[in-house]
Amino acid sequence: MPAPDGDPMPDDPTRAEPTRADPMPGLVGEATRGRPIDAGTIEMAAVETGPEVRRLRKKGLGIAAWLSIGWIALVVGLAILAPVLPLDDPKASITDIARRGPFADAGSAPGHLLGGDFNGRDMLSRLIWGGRTTLLVATSAVIIGFVLGGILGLLGGYFRGKVDVVVSLLLDVFLAIPAVILALALVTILRTQPGTSGGGLDPEVALILALGLVSIPVLGRITRASTLSWSQREFVLAARAQGAKHRRILWREVLPNVLPAMMSIALLGIAVAIVSEGTLAILGASVETDTPTWGNMIAIGRINLQRAPHIVFEPALMIFFTVLALNMLGDVVRSKLDVREGAL
Amino acid sequence: MGLIARRLAQLVVVVILSTLFAFALLRLFPGDAADAVIPYGTAAQKAKFRADTGLDQPFFQQYATWLGNLAQGDFGKDYQSNTPVADKLQTALPVSLQLMLYAQIMALVVAIPLGVLTAYRAGTKSDRAINAGAFALLALPSFVLALALAYWVGVKWHPDIPLLGQVPVSGYEPGWLEAVFGAPTGDLGKHFATMLLPSVALAAGLVAVYMRLLRSDMIATLQENYITMARSKGLSDGHILWRHALRPSSLTLLTVAGLNFGTLVGGAVAVEVIFQIPGIGTLIYQAINARQLVELQSYIAIIAIGYVLINFVIDALYVVLDPRIRRARA
Amino acid sequence: MSTPGTALLEVTDVATWFDTDRGLVHAVDGVSFTLERGRTLGIVGESGSGKTVLSRSIMGLLPKKGIVRHGSILFDGVEIGHATPKQMRRYWGANMAMVFQDPMTALNPVMKVGKQITESIRNNLDVTRSFARELAVSLLESVRVPDPERRMGEYPHQLSGGLRQRVCIAVALACGPQLLLADEPTTALDVTVQAQVLDLLEKQQRERFMALLLVTHDLGVVAGRADEVVVMYAGQVVEKASTATLFSDMKMPYTEALVRSIPKIAQPSHTRLTAIPGRPPDLVDPPKGCRFAARCPYVQDRCRDEQPPLRPGVVPGHEFRCWFPVGTPEGAEALARNHAAGVGTGTT
Repeated sequence: MPAPDGDPMPDDPTRAEPTRADPMPGLVGEATRGRPIDAGTIEMAAVETGPEVRRLRKKGLGIAAWLSIGWIALVVGLAILAPVLPLDDPKASITDIARRGPFADAGSAPGHLLGGDFNGRDMLSRLIWGGRTTLLVATSAVIIGFVLGGILGLLGGYFRGKVDVVVSLLLDVFLAIPAVILALALVTILRTQPGTSGGGLDPEVALILALGLVSIPVLGRITRASTLSWSQREFVLAARAQGAKHRRILWREVLPNVLPAMMSIALLGIAVAIVSEGTLAILGASVETDTPTWGNMIAIGRINLQRAPHIVFEPALMIFFTVLALNMLGDVVRSKLDVREGAL
Repeated sequence: MGLIARRLAQLVVVVILSTLFAFALLRLFPGDAADAVIPYGTAAQKAKFRADTGLDQPFFQQYATWLGNLAQGDFGKDYQSNTPVADKLQTALPVSLQLMLYAQIMALVVAIPLGVLTAYRAGTKSDRAINAGAFALLALPSFVLALALAYWVGVKWHPDIPLLGQVPVSGYEPGWLEAVFGAPTGDLGKHFATMLLPSVALAAGLVAVYMRLLRSDMIATLQENYITMARSKGLSDGHILWRHALRPSSLTLLTVAGLNFGTLVGGAVAVEVIFQIPGIGTLIYQAINARQLVELQSYIAIIAIGYVLINFVIDALYVVLDPRIRRARA
Repeated sequence: MSTPGTALLEVTDVATWFDTDRGLVHAVDGVSFTLERGRTLGIVGESGSGKTVLSRSIMGLLPKKGIVRHGSILFDGVEIGHATPKQMRRYWGANMAMVFQDPMTALNPVMKVGKQITESIRNNLDVTRSFARELAVSLLESVRVPDPERRMGEYPHQLSGGLRQRVCIAVALACGPQLLLADEPTTALDVTVQAQVLDLLEKQQRERFMALLLVTHDLGVVAGRADEVVVMYAGQVVEKASTATLFSDMKMPYTEALVRSIPKIAQPSHTRLTAIPGRPPDLVDPPKGCRFAARCPYVQDRCRDEQPPLRPGVVPGHEFRCWFPVGTPEGAEALARNHAAGVGTGTT
């Protein structure tokens, strides 16, 4: 699970619970665990939940998984439909509801379910539009990471040798700088600075690029680790022996097996990107505050923490639940799709 | 020995490349850097700026000069306040280091017993409950927790509830590490009070990660033959858990704790800003706001170098902790 | 303390079943024997026969959950068959100890060898740290570990396999237990070292007047060293006799097959190794008849329908479980019938 501070580093190798089907593994078979311990092993473990994985006893998904899917569907649905929903303009001020809390409070603004922010803008509408922007940014960033990181990882893991040395070095360099700092620097550099001689990008684009670049190393590492292990399986050797070209092997044999690990990390990556956006927003590096994102709503609401905490905590809760749901889904995807590996 | 030399070489390469990258950021800037850094300067001043920072010189020559400056402790300056960055770092670095240290210690102190406990009672209700809690904690960004703490302690509890309500939610009192950096130290009691909430905010996410990591490693270790043998000696469960099972299981935890210094910096930045702790995170925040790219460049370089060094140290610690690796490397 | 001659260990009708996804695995299904101090009992069987589970059951070193146990185990007159781990802990180390199969995995890789011995001493005996250390050193000497002082400070991976096993034996003997269970103590070792380790066990047993339970798949191991042998198959005792009787007058066809399968030096080279064809039965759903029926050259219909009980043989103390035993007229007839019909050669 990535630590929730914008550094997309998966570091939780879920190891097996002792299963009832193999009560005394030391007796029936000798399972010596003589594994060398280094950072690579962590990734391998994250990538390849081996045959010790708990067998697929529960069919179907648990209630937690369904709730997560439901939440994500809700949030994504609202995000997509935002333009056609009967919402107030998220940028328009209605002075009456300024700083009024959500419905539970007495003295709330009627007709505005979640209250207003310090400028009198409708919170509900800002939350939904904010979700739209936040999700757009996070997903786009992860797609960039997925594609570019995936390519790098595949190349490094499959061809190994000099290619891998270069790829690994590249990834290591990126990882040497904590993601948030890197993203921060990139956003600062890339976006249009008012008062300078032109150049630069739209803050939203800069943000996407920055977060995307930052997620390349993680996806790259996971893809590389997964590719390394899959490339050494017999069926790849068999394909090579039959004269298949590298491109074909990569596309037909290796990629489909590497994809599940990548998918699960991608889901986690979106969660991390959402959090990163929040961190960047607090530091003033997200999009202009007129366009709401969950992150910058928190950032600008900070001043009013004492008087109108809902301005901060409503988007905070959105982030929390969405990240929670994404983490859960990422976990589920990993355990479900890895059953094939378990059978080996 | 050959292995250490190789790792050292790797280290050097990564340091060079990451500082190169940090350095290149300034060059990547679309537009005139001088305009950003000293927007109200005269044309002459801007020209001098460009000369000083060598923006008109060949890339690698300037990089070499800059790197040399870094090695001698010249980190450039903040053009807005005309302060050398080195001075700022002198007071700010110990602050951030202490914050990260406290967060790690706090996290380990909580996570290790929890990890051992849940591994021992794997599969029981208490195990599942704690795991669910950890999972939820993972989804909680540290800045959200920081804001929640600031609100509850600062607004709801302050100042009525004794002790807890008195914990400051902003401001900073220097501690002990400042002495190493030549900066003034302060009242330790107040220091820890000001660092309490920020450390907790940072530590919470770590607790979840560390606990789950240790738990899964312990569960695997507890299935080893030597644990059964230890039982057959009549040793108590507690003795076995803490003296036999913990040490072999703690290596992954160590790696991750080390690697997490990178994550911590990211979270620390936001937490410092929220609690108004004058660490390197706040410096970065201010540098970005003031568009002090030269300053920013130095900060990034320092963080990259520090991170790489820490990883190297962690690697070396491995060798001490696991005698098997000592032999494998010999 | 039990007097010589009366049983230190009395195992009666012991069964251990594992509750798994597929059902109850009858790993050990009704085993009985007794063992006195100063005597060696060999328990012989192939993998999956339940011998290891039996030894763990006697020690009480089974997993906490998913175990069903029956029968009685009397240690020095006290019932321990259903004791909790906490109760058993008083016995472990001080009264009964175990030597495990693979010394590499049985020793904690990150703990010094000396510590692994002294911690047992200090846990079970009330002695000073320095005394424990001296005792550990002398233990290492008595198990013939050269340069014991130096070895105390070393880690398991620095020792050879044979030395490691000696250390394990030292650990087991540290607190002077009355019962020693050795679970395949030489299987993981080189052949040249095996005899040394077995000799060592024998010597220690004599000197300390211990009861020794020697669990192995190798009949050759028990041949010269056990007083009595119990042969196990599919969780049951199929033959029990003194060693001499077992080798000279075996009754159970399985035992015969086991003896036959030992390659002998006296045989001419390139003699075919006789293996026992087929595999042990599924322990979740054991067959209702004799469990060896599917692989037995003597099998008849009765064997498949009715499980033979343990019957006493001619020599007192000899028991076996067979309808058509070896060396009897019925047995010979059964064998001949099968040969003629070309069946019963052990295909599942």
